Amino acid sequence: MQKLIVILLAFSAGFSIMSFELLGGRMLAPYFGSSVYVWGSIITVFMLALSLGYLTGGKLSVNKPNLAKFACIFGIAAVAILPSIFYSEFLFELVFAWIEDPRYGSLVAATLVFLIPSVVMGMISPYSVRLLTVSTHSSGQTAGFLYFVSTLGSAIGTIMTSFYLVLWMEVSQILWFIFGILTSCAALAFTTHVLSNKNTPVFSNNSVVSE
Amino acid sequence: MQITQYTIGLILFAAANLFANSSGFALEKIHKERSIYRNIVITEDKGIRCMRFETRRKKVSNQACINLKQPNKLVFEYVQGTLLGLAHNPAPKRVLILGLGGGTLANVIHQVSPTSEIVSVDIDPAVVKLAKAYFGYQENAQIKSEIKDARVFVKRALLQKQQFDWIILDAFNGDYIPEHLMTEEFLAECKRLLSTNGLLSANTFSTSDLYDHESVTYQKVFNQLDIFKAPTKGNRVIFACNCDNFSLTKSLSAQLNRQLTSYGLDTNVLFEAVSSIVDWDVNARVLTDEYSPANLLK
Repeated sequence: MQKLIVILLAFSAGFSIMSFELLGGRMLAPYFGSSVYVWGSIITVFMLALSLGYLTGGKLSVNKPNLAKFACIFGIAAVAILPSIFYSEFLFELVFAWIEDPRYGSLVAATLVFLIPSVVMGMISPYSVRLLTVSTHSSGQTAGFLYFVSTLGSAIGTIMTSFYLVLWMEVSQILWFIFGILTSCAALAFTTHVLSNKNTPVFSNNSVVSE
Repeated sequence: MQITQYTIGLILFAAANLFANSSGFALEKIHKERSIYRNIVITEDKGIRCMRFETRRKKVSNQACINLKQPNKLVFEYVQGTLLGLAHNPAPKRVLILGLGGGTLANVIHQVSPTSEIVSVDIDPAVVKLAKAYFGYQENAQIKSEIKDARVFVKRALLQKQQFDWIILDAFNGDYIPEHLMTEEFLAECKRLLSTNGLLSANTFSTSDLYDHESVTYQKVFNQLDIFKAPTKGNRVIFACNCDNFSLTKSLSAQLNRQLTSYGLDTNVLFEAVSSIVDWDVNARVLTDEYSPANLLK
Protein backbone atom coordinates (compact mmCIF):
# COMPACT_ATOMS: atom_id res chain seq x y z
CA MET A 1 0.00 0.00 0.00
CA GLN A 2 2.77 2.41 1.01
CA LYS A 3 4.60 1.57 -2.20
CA LEU A 4 1.53 2.42 -4.25
CA ILE A 5 1.16 5.74 -2.46
CA VAL A 6 4.81 6.72 -3.05
CA ILE A 7 4.33 5.90 -6.75
CA LEU A 8 1.17 8.04 -6.87
CA LEU A 9 2.98 10.91 -5.16
CA ALA A 10 5.93 10.72 -7.59
CA PHE A 11 3.46 10.76 -10.48
CA SER A 12 1.70 13.84 -9.05
CA ALA A 13 5.00 15.65 -8.57
CA GLY A 14 5.94 14.97 -12.20
CA PHE A 15 2.52 16.23 -13.30
CA SER A 16 2.77 19.39 -11.19
CA ILE A 17 6.24 20.45 -12.28
CA MET A 18 5.51 20.31 -16.01
CA SER A 19 2.14 21.97 -15.59
CA PHE A 20 3.92 24.72 -13.65
CA GLU A 21 6.60 25.04 -16.35
CA LEU A 22 4.02 25.43 -19.12
CA LEU A 23 2.20 28.10 -17.13
CA GLY A 24 5.56 29.86 -16.79
CA GLY A 25 5.46 30.61 -20.52
CA ARG A 26 1.95 32.02 -20.18
CA MET A 27 2.89 34.17 -17.20
CA LEU A 28 6.03 35.64 -18.76
CA ALA A 29 4.52 36.35 -22.22
CA PRO A 30 2.76 39.64 -21.32
CA TYR A 31 6.07 41.05 -20.03
CA PHE A 32 8.79 39.43 -22.11
CA GLY A 33 6.91 38.10 -25.14
CA SER A 34 6.84 34.59 -26.51
CA SER A 35 10.14 34.71 -28.33
CA VAL A 36 12.38 31.67 -28.42
CA TYR A 37 14.62 33.13 -25.70
CA VAL A 38 11.71 33.37 -23.25
CA TRP A 39 11.21 29.63 -23.53
CA GLY A 40 14.99 29.28 -23.36
CA SER A 41 14.96 31.12 -20.02
CA ILE A 42 12.11 29.03 -18.64
CA ILE A 43 13.65 25.71 -19.62
CA THR A 44 17.07 26.79 -18.29
CA VAL A 45 15.60 27.75 -14.92
CA PHE A 46 13.56 24.57 -14.58
CA MET A 47 16.47 22.32 -15.60
CA LEU A 48 18.77 24.11 -13.18
CA ALA A 49 16.15 23.87 -10.45
CA LEU A 50 15.61 20.15 -11.05
CA SER A 51 19.35 19.46 -10.97
CA LEU A 52 19.63 21.26 -7.62
CA GLY A 53 16.49 19.52 -6.39
CA TYR A 54 17.83 16.07 -7.30
CA LEU A 55 21.06 16.84 -5.47
CA THR A 56 19.33 18.14 -2.35
CA GLY A 57 16.62 15.45 -2.33
CA GLY A 58 19.30 12.77 -2.61
CA LYS A 59 21.23 14.24 0.30
CA LEU A 60 18.08 14.50 2.42
CA SER A 61 17.08 10.92 1.72
CA VAL A 62 20.18 9.65 3.52
CA ASN A 63 19.02 10.85 6.90
CA LYS A 64 16.29 8.52 8.22
CA PRO A 65 13.85 8.85 5.32
CA ASN A 66 10.16 8.48 6.10
CA LEU A 67 6.78 9.52 4.75
CA ALA A 68 6.38 12.36 7.25
CA LYS A 69 9.50 14.08 5.89
CA PHE A 70 8.29 13.27 2.37
CA ALA A 71 5.01 15.02 3.26
CA CYS A 72 7.02 18.05 4.38
CA ILE A 73 8.69 18.32 0.96
CA PHE A 74 5.27 18.39 -0.71
CA GLY A 75 4.02 20.93 1.84
CA ILE A 76 7.01 23.22 1.26
CA ALA A 77 6.58 22.87 -2.53
CA ALA A 78 2.93 23.91 -2.20
CA VAL A 79 3.83 26.95 -0.10
CA ALA A 80 6.68 27.83 -2.50
CA ILE A 81 4.13 28.07 -5.34
CA LEU A 82 2.09 30.74 -3.54
CA PRO A 83 4.37 33.70 -4.43
CA SER A 84 3.87 32.87 -8.12
CA ILE A 85 0.13 33.39 -7.55
CA PHE A 86 0.31 36.56 -5.47
CA TYR A 87 3.53 38.36 -6.40
CA SER A 88 4.55 37.24 -9.91
CA GLU A 89 3.02 40.27 -11.67
CA PHE A 90 4.69 42.67 -9.26
CA LEU A 91 8.05 40.93 -9.70
CA PHE A 92 7.73 40.78 -13.49
CA GLU A 93 6.85 44.51 -13.62
CA LEU A 94 9.89 45.26 -11.48
CA VAL A 95 12.28 43.18 -13.62
CA PHE A 96 10.78 44.59 -16.85
CA ALA A 97 11.46 48.13 -15.69
CA TRP A 98 14.92 47.22 -14.43
CA ILE A 99 16.30 45.08 -17.29
CA GLU A 100 15.67 46.22 -20.84
CA ASP A 101 17.03 43.17 -22.67
CA PRO A 102 14.14 40.66 -22.71
CA ARG A 103 16.59 37.73 -22.74
CA TYR A 104 18.12 38.56 -19.37
CA GLY A 105 14.86 40.08 -18.15
CA SER A 106 13.00 36.81 -18.73
CA LEU A 107 15.88 34.81 -17.23
CA VAL A 108 15.92 36.88 -14.03
CA ALA A 109 12.12 36.96 -13.80
CA ALA A 110 11.88 33.18 -14.30
CA THR A 111 14.57 32.65 -11.67
CA LEU A 112 12.78 34.82 -9.11
CA VAL A 113 9.40 33.17 -9.52
CA PHE A 114 10.02 29.59 -10.64
CA LEU A 115 13.38 28.49 -9.25
CA ILE A 116 12.56 27.78 -5.60
CA PRO A 117 9.31 25.83 -6.08
CA SER A 118 10.96 23.79 -8.84
CA VAL A 119 13.99 22.99 -6.67
CA VAL A 120 11.65 21.66 -3.97
CA MET A 121 9.62 19.66 -6.47
CA GLY A 122 12.88 18.26 -7.88
CA MET A 123 13.69 16.82 -4.43
CA ILE A 124 10.74 14.46 -4.64
CA SER A 125 12.14 12.01 -7.22
CA PRO A 126 15.34 10.93 -5.42
CA TYR A 127 13.48 10.84 -2.12
CA SER A 128 10.83 8.57 -3.68
CA VAL A 129 13.60 6.27 -4.93
CA ARG A 130 14.99 6.02 -1.41
CA LEU A 131 11.59 5.26 0.11
CA LEU A 132 11.00 2.42 -2.33
CA THR A 133 14.49 0.93 -2.42
CA VAL A 134 14.71 -2.29 -0.47
CA SER A 135 18.07 -3.58 -1.58
CA THR A 136 21.20 -2.56 -3.43
CA HIS A 137 20.46 -5.29 -5.94
CA SER A 138 17.10 -3.81 -6.97
CA SER A 139 17.98 -0.12 -6.55
CA GLY A 140 18.53 0.44 -10.27
CA GLN A 141 15.22 -1.15 -11.12
CA THR A 142 13.46 0.94 -8.47
CA ALA A 143 15.06 4.14 -9.72
CA GLY A 144 14.16 3.25 -13.31
CA PHE A 145 10.55 2.55 -12.36
CA LEU A 146 10.30 5.84 -10.40
CA TYR A 147 11.72 7.83 -13.34
CA PHE A 148 9.16 6.09 -15.54
CA VAL A 149 6.28 7.03 -13.24
CA SER A 150 7.32 10.63 -12.61
CA THR A 151 8.20 11.30 -16.27
CA LEU A 152 4.87 9.79 -17.30
CA GLY A 153 3.28 12.23 -14.84
CA SER A 154 5.23 15.04 -16.47
CA ALA A 155 4.03 14.01 -19.93
CA ILE A 156 0.41 13.93 -18.78
CA GLY A 157 0.86 17.24 -16.92
CA THR A 158 2.19 18.80 -20.10
CA ILE A 159 -0.58 17.60 -22.38
CA MET A 160 -3.38 18.22 -19.88
CA THR A 161 -2.24 21.79 -19.23
CA SER A 162 -1.57 22.77 -22.82
CA PHE A 163 -4.59 21.03 -24.37
CA TYR A 164 -7.29 21.34 -21.73
CA LEU A 165 -6.56 23.14 -18.47
CA VAL A 166 -5.81 26.48 -20.19
CA LEU A 167 -9.17 26.12 -21.95
CA TRP A 168 -11.08 25.33 -18.77
CA MET A 169 -9.39 27.58 -16.24
CA GLU A 170 -7.49 30.82 -15.79
CA VAL A 171 -3.75 30.73 -15.13
CA SER A 172 -4.19 31.57 -11.43
CA GLN A 173 -6.84 28.87 -11.07
CA ILE A 174 -4.46 26.29 -12.56
CA LEU A 175 -1.76 27.45 -10.13
CA TRP A 176 -4.24 26.93 -7.27
CA PHE A 177 -5.02 23.52 -8.77
CA ILE A 178 -1.30 22.61 -8.61
CA PHE A 179 -1.21 23.97 -5.05
CA GLY A 180 -4.18 21.71 -4.28
CA ILE A 181 -2.44 18.65 -5.77
CA LEU A 182 0.74 19.27 -3.76
CA THR A 183 -1.18 19.93 -0.54
CA SER A 184 -3.25 16.77 -1.03
CA CYS A 185 -0.05 14.81 -1.64
CA ALA A 186 1.40 16.18 1.60
CA ALA A 187 -1.77 15.22 3.49
CA LEU A 188 -1.81 11.74 1.93
CA ALA A 189 1.85 11.11 2.74
CA PHE A 190 1.41 12.33 6.31
CA THR A 191 -1.78 10.31 6.87
CA THR A 192 -0.12 7.18 5.52
CA HIS A 193 2.81 7.79 7.85
CA VAL A 194 0.54 8.14 10.87
CA LEU A 195 -1.63 5.16 9.95
CA SER A 196 1.26 2.84 9.31
CA ASN A 197 2.57 4.04 12.68
CA LYS A 198 6.04 3.05 11.79
CA ASN A 199 8.84 4.41 9.69
CA THR A 200 9.69 3.01 6.31
CA PRO A 201 12.71 0.73 6.43
CA VAL A 202 15.92 2.62 6.87
CA PHE A 203 18.95 1.23 5.19
CA SER A 204 22.58 1.82 5.65
CA ASN A 205 24.09 4.64 3.65
CA ASN A 206 25.80 2.40 1.15
CA SER A 207 22.61 0.73 -0.08
CA VAL A 208 20.98 3.69 -1.73
CA VAL A 209 21.54 5.44 -4.97
CA SER A 210 22.18 8.98 -3.99
CA GLU A 211 25.23 8.94 -1.78
CA MET B 1 16.01 -8.90 -57.57
CA GLN B 2 15.90 -6.65 -60.62
CA ILE B 3 12.10 -6.66 -60.56
CA THR B 4 12.15 -5.55 -56.92
CA GLN B 5 14.50 -2.67 -57.71
CA TYR B 6 12.34 -1.68 -60.64
CA THR B 7 9.21 -1.71 -58.44
CA ILE B 8 10.90 0.39 -55.76
CA GLY B 9 12.05 2.83 -58.45
CA LEU B 10 8.50 3.16 -59.77
CA ILE B 11 7.11 3.75 -56.27
CA LEU B 12 9.73 6.43 -55.54
CA PHE B 13 9.03 8.11 -58.91
CA ALA B 14 5.28 8.10 -58.26
CA ALA B 15 5.78 9.45 -54.73
CA ALA B 16 8.05 12.23 -56.01
CA ASN B 17 5.44 13.21 -58.61
CA LEU B 18 2.66 13.18 -56.03
CA PHE B 19 4.72 15.39 -53.72
CA ALA B 20 5.54 17.82 -56.54
CA ASN B 21 1.86 18.09 -57.48
CA SER B 22 0.60 18.52 -53.94
CA SER B 23 3.10 21.24 -53.17
CA GLY B 24 1.86 23.49 -55.95
CA PHE B 25 4.05 22.95 -58.99
CA ALA B 26 2.72 26.05 -60.75
CA LEU B 27 4.42 28.25 -58.17
CA GLU B 28 8.01 29.15 -58.49
CA LYS B 29 9.71 29.15 -55.13
CA ILE B 30 12.39 31.75 -55.54
CA HIS B 31 13.73 31.73 -52.01
CA LYS B 32 13.39 29.79 -48.80
CA GLU B 33 14.61 31.01 -45.44
CA ARG B 34 14.72 29.07 -42.19
CA SER B 35 14.21 31.49 -39.36
CA ILE B 36 14.19 30.55 -35.67
CA TYR B 37 10.39 30.79 -35.72
CA ARG B 38 9.38 29.26 -39.03
CA ASN B 39 10.28 28.51 -42.62
CA ILE B 40 9.56 31.46 -44.88
CA VAL B 41 9.11 30.96 -48.59
CA ILE B 42 9.08 33.60 -51.31
CA THR B 43 6.99 32.49 -54.29
CA GLU B 44 6.15 33.93 -57.69
CA ASP B 45 3.14 33.06 -59.79
CA LYS B 46 1.67 35.01 -62.71
CA GLY B 47 3.53 38.16 -61.79
CA ILE B 48 2.50 38.05 -58.11
CA ARG B 49 5.31 37.66 -55.58
CA CYS B 50 4.29 36.47 -52.12
CA MET B 51 5.81 35.76 -48.74
CA ARG B 52 4.31 32.75 -47.03
CA PHE B 53 5.00 30.90 -43.84
CA GLU B 54 5.44 27.23 -44.63
CA THR B 55 2.99 24.92 -42.90
CA ARG B 56 1.81 21.37 -43.41
CA ARG B 57 -1.73 22.59 -43.92
CA LYS B 58 -3.15 22.59 -47.41
CA LYS B 59 -4.63 26.06 -47.02
CA VAL B 60 -1.92 28.52 -47.92
CA SER B 61 -1.67 31.72 -45.95
CA ASN B 62 0.32 34.41 -47.70
CA GLN B 63 1.76 37.05 -45.39
CA ALA B 64 2.44 39.60 -48.07
CA CYS B 65 2.11 39.85 -51.84
CA ILE B 66 3.12 42.39 -54.46
CA ASN B 67 2.16 42.73 -58.08
CA LEU B 68 5.48 42.79 -59.93
CA LYS B 69 3.99 44.27 -63.08
CA GLN B 70 2.06 46.97 -61.25
CA PRO B 71 3.89 47.40 -57.93
CA ASN B 72 1.51 50.19 -56.90
CA LYS B 73 -1.58 47.96 -57.03
CA LEU B 74 -2.27 46.50 -53.61
CA VAL B 75 -2.98 42.79 -53.81
CA PHE B 76 -4.66 42.19 -50.44
CA GLU B 77 -8.13 43.49 -49.66
CA TYR B 78 -7.28 43.81 -45.99
CA VAL B 79 -4.35 46.10 -46.79
CA GLN B 80 -6.73 48.26 -48.81
CA GLY B 81 -9.23 48.16 -45.95
CA THR B 82 -6.57 49.11 -43.41
CA LEU B 83 -5.68 52.21 -45.44
CA LEU B 84 -9.21 53.50 -44.85
CA GLY B 85 -7.78 54.45 -41.45
CA LEU B 86 -6.31 57.46 -43.25
CA ALA B 87 -9.86 58.83 -43.35
CA HIS B 88 -9.64 59.21 -39.57
CA ASN B 89 -6.35 61.08 -39.75
CA PRO B 90 -4.77 61.67 -43.18
CA ALA B 91 -1.41 62.69 -41.71
CA PRO B 92 -0.67 60.79 -38.51
CA LYS B 93 2.51 62.01 -36.86
CA ARG B 94 3.57 58.63 -35.53
CA VAL B 95 2.45 55.23 -36.85
CA LEU B 96 3.21 51.90 -35.19
CA ILE B 97 2.93 48.74 -37.27
CA LEU B 98 3.00 45.54 -35.21
CA GLY B 99 3.84 42.71 -37.63
CA LEU B 100 5.76 43.83 -40.69
CA GLY B 101 5.01 41.19 -43.35
CA GLY B 102 6.35 42.53 -46.63
CA GLY B 103 6.34 46.12 -45.40
CA THR B 104 3.63 47.14 -47.89
CA LEU B 105 1.65 49.18 -45.37
CA ALA B 106 4.76 51.04 -44.21
CA ASN B 107 5.69 51.85 -47.81
CA VAL B 108 2.24 53.07 -48.82
CA ILE B 109 1.66 55.13 -45.67
CA HIS B 110 5.07 56.74 -46.16
CA GLN B 111 4.23 57.63 -49.75
CA VAL B 112 0.81 59.02 -48.84
CA SER B 113 1.99 60.84 -45.73
CA PRO B 114 5.76 61.45 -46.08
CA THR B 115 6.01 63.36 -42.80
CA SER B 116 4.70 60.46 -40.72
CA GLU B 117 7.23 58.66 -38.55
CA ILE B 118 6.60 54.94 -39.03
CA VAL B 119 7.90 52.29 -36.64
CA SER B 120 7.52 48.68 -37.77
CA VAL B 121 7.94 45.93 -35.21
CA ASP B 122 8.42 42.26 -36.03
CA ILE B 123 9.59 39.39 -33.87
CA ASP B 124 11.41 37.68 -36.73
CA PRO B 125 14.59 39.25 -38.18
CA ALA B 126 14.24 37.04 -41.26
CA VAL B 127 10.90 38.69 -42.12
CA VAL B 128 12.49 42.14 -42.06
CA LYS B 129 15.40 40.91 -44.19
CA LEU B 130 13.11 39.36 -46.81
CA ALA B 131 10.77 42.39 -46.83
CA LYS B 132 13.79 44.50 -47.79
CA ALA B 133 15.14 42.00 -50.32
CA TYR B 134 11.92 41.03 -52.12
CA PHE B 135 9.18 43.56 -51.34
CA GLY B 136 10.89 46.92 -51.63
CA TYR B 137 10.65 47.72 -47.92
CA GLN B 138 13.13 50.48 -47.17
CA GLU B 139 14.17 52.08 -43.94
CA ASN B 140 14.95 55.79 -43.93
CA ALA B 141 14.78 58.75 -41.59
CA GLN B 142 10.99 58.30 -41.33
CA ILE B 143 10.71 54.50 -41.44
CA LYS B 144 12.36 52.38 -38.77
CA SER B 145 12.18 48.71 -37.88
CA GLU B 146 12.54 47.04 -34.51
CA ILE B 147 13.07 43.32 -34.00
CA LYS B 148 10.97 42.72 -30.92
CA ASP B 149 7.94 40.95 -29.62
CA ALA B 150 5.05 43.40 -30.13
CA ARG B 151 3.91 43.12 -26.51
CA VAL B 152 7.39 43.91 -25.22
CA PHE B 153 7.66 46.88 -27.58
CA VAL B 154 4.31 48.30 -26.46
CA LYS B 155 5.10 47.87 -22.76
CA ARG B 156 8.52 49.48 -23.16
CA ALA B 157 7.10 52.33 -25.25
CA LEU B 158 4.57 53.00 -22.47
CA LEU B 159 7.37 53.20 -19.90
CA GLN B 160 9.13 55.68 -22.20
CA LYS B 161 5.86 57.65 -22.44
CA GLN B 162 5.77 57.37 -26.23
CA GLN B 163 2.54 58.00 -28.11
CA PHE B 164 1.28 56.97 -31.52
CA ASP B 165 -1.55 58.37 -33.61
CA TRP B 166 -2.18 55.10 -35.42
CA ILE B 167 -1.39 51.57 -34.30
CA ILE B 168 -1.78 48.87 -36.93
CA LEU B 169 -1.91 45.38 -35.50
CA ASP B 170 -1.04 42.86 -38.19
CA ALA B 171 0.57 40.05 -36.23
CA PHE B 172 -1.92 37.25 -36.82
CA ASN B 173 -1.80 34.58 -39.46
CA GLY B 174 -4.28 31.77 -39.84
CA ASP B 175 -1.89 29.14 -38.57
CA TYR B 176 -0.83 30.48 -35.19
CA ILE B 177 -2.07 33.37 -33.10
CA PRO B 178 0.30 35.01 -30.61
CA GLU B 179 -2.14 34.68 -27.71
CA HIS B 180 -0.62 37.45 -25.62
CA LEU B 181 -1.50 39.89 -28.44
CA MET B 182 -5.21 39.15 -28.26
CA THR B 183 -6.02 39.94 -24.66
CA GLU B 184 -7.90 42.69 -22.88
CA GLU B 185 -4.70 43.78 -21.09
CA PHE B 186 -2.72 44.07 -24.34
CA LEU B 187 -5.43 46.09 -26.05
CA ALA B 188 -5.67 48.33 -23.00
CA GLU B 189 -1.91 48.89 -23.27
CA CYS B 190 -2.31 49.75 -26.97
CA LYS B 191 -5.10 52.18 -26.06
CA ARG B 192 -2.85 53.88 -23.50
CA LEU B 193 -0.15 54.16 -26.17
CA LEU B 194 -2.54 55.96 -28.52
CA SER B 195 -2.66 59.72 -28.52
CA THR B 196 -6.04 61.34 -27.88
CA ASN B 197 -8.24 60.47 -30.84
CA GLY B 198 -5.58 57.97 -31.97
CA LEU B 199 -6.71 55.02 -34.10
CA LEU B 200 -6.10 51.29 -33.76
CA SER B 201 -6.68 48.98 -36.69
CA ALA B 202 -6.29 45.25 -36.38
CA ASN B 203 -6.17 42.82 -39.27
CA THR B 204 -7.82 39.65 -38.12
CA PHE B 205 -10.24 36.89 -39.12
CA SER B 206 -13.95 36.97 -39.79
CA THR B 207 -14.66 33.27 -40.10
CA SER B 208 -12.97 31.67 -37.13
CA ASP B 209 -14.68 30.29 -34.01
CA LEU B 210 -12.63 32.87 -32.17
CA TYR B 211 -14.75 35.64 -33.70
CA ASP B 212 -17.06 36.14 -30.72
CA HIS B 213 -14.30 36.04 -28.09
CA GLU B 214 -12.08 38.41 -30.05
CA SER B 215 -14.89 40.85 -30.80
CA VAL B 216 -16.08 41.14 -27.19
CA THR B 217 -12.48 41.66 -26.07
CA TYR B 218 -12.02 44.62 -28.44
CA GLN B 219 -15.45 45.92 -27.51
CA LYS B 220 -14.70 45.79 -23.80
CA VAL B 221 -11.56 47.92 -24.23
CA PHE B 222 -12.68 50.34 -26.94
CA ASN B 223 -16.46 50.24 -26.58
CA GLN B 224 -17.30 51.34 -30.15
CA LEU B 225 -15.86 49.42 -33.13
CA ASP B 226 -16.09 49.85 -36.86
CA ILE B 227 -15.30 46.76 -38.86
CA PHE B 228 -14.18 46.38 -42.45
CA LYS B 229 -14.99 42.94 -43.80
CA ALA B 230 -13.00 41.98 -46.87
CA PRO B 231 -15.63 41.23 -49.54
CA THR B 232 -14.01 38.08 -50.92
CA LYS B 233 -11.56 36.86 -48.26
CA GLY B 234 -12.04 35.79 -44.67
CA ASN B 235 -10.30 38.85 -43.27
CA ARG B 236 -11.65 41.76 -41.34
CA VAL B 237 -10.05 44.93 -40.08
CA ILE B 238 -11.25 46.17 -36.71
CA PHE B 239 -11.08 49.95 -36.28
CA ALA B 240 -11.16 51.40 -32.78
CA CYS B 241 -10.30 54.76 -31.35
CA ASN B 242 -8.99 56.32 -28.17
CA CYS B 243 -11.94 58.70 -28.17
CA ASP B 244 -15.63 58.88 -27.32
CA ASN B 245 -18.39 58.05 -29.82
CA PHE B 246 -16.11 56.70 -32.52
CA SER B 247 -17.28 56.16 -36.05
CA LEU B 248 -14.83 55.91 -38.94
CA THR B 249 -15.28 58.93 -41.18
CA LYS B 250 -16.46 57.64 -44.52
CA SER B 251 -15.10 60.41 -46.66
CA LEU B 252 -11.68 61.41 -47.87
CA SER B 253 -10.25 64.61 -49.25
CA ALA B 254 -10.14 64.65 -53.04
CA GLN B 255 -6.35 64.57 -52.96
CA LEU B 256 -6.16 61.56 -50.63
CA ASN B 257 -8.82 59.80 -52.65
CA ARG B 258 -6.75 60.34 -55.81
CA GLN B 259 -3.66 59.01 -54.07
CA LEU B 260 -5.42 55.90 -52.82
CA THR B 261 -7.05 55.30 -56.20
CA SER B 262 -3.55 55.12 -57.68
CA TYR B 263 -2.96 52.07 -55.43
CA GLY B 264 -5.99 50.36 -56.93
CA LEU B 265 -8.39 51.26 -54.11
CA ASP B 266 -12.03 51.94 -54.88
CA THR B 267 -12.72 53.78 -51.66
CA ASN B 268 -16.50 53.94 -52.21
CA VAL B 269 -16.70 50.16 -52.44
CA LEU B 270 -14.32 49.75 -49.50
CA PHE B 271 -16.28 52.14 -47.26
CA GLU B 272 -19.44 50.17 -48.04
CA ALA B 273 -17.75 47.15 -46.44
CA VAL B 274 -17.32 49.05 -43.15
CA SER B 275 -20.00 48.57 -40.56
CA SER B 276 -20.57 49.09 -36.86
CA ILE B 277 -23.12 46.27 -36.59
CA VAL B 278 -22.57 44.02 -33.59
CA ASP B 279 -22.93 40.56 -35.14
CA TRP B 280 -21.18 38.56 -32.42
CA ASP B 281 -22.30 36.93 -29.21
CA VAL B 282 -21.85 39.72 -26.67
CA ASN B 283 -21.91 37.13 -23.87
CA ALA B 284 -18.81 35.35 -25.16
CA ARG B 285 -15.91 35.14 -22.74
CA VAL B 286 -13.43 38.02 -22.92
CA LEU B 287 -9.82 36.97 -23.58
CA THR B 288 -7.40 38.06 -20.86
CA ASP B 289 -3.80 37.37 -19.87
CA GLU B 290 -5.29 34.87 -17.42
CA TYR B 291 -7.50 33.22 -20.02
CA SER B 292 -6.20 33.35 -23.57
CA PRO B 293 -6.47 29.96 -25.31
CA ALA B 294 -6.91 31.69 -28.68
CA ASN B 295 -5.29 28.88 -30.64
CA LEU B 296 -7.56 26.30 -29.03
CA LEU B 297 -10.69 28.37 -29.59
CA LYS B 298 -10.13 29.20 -33.26
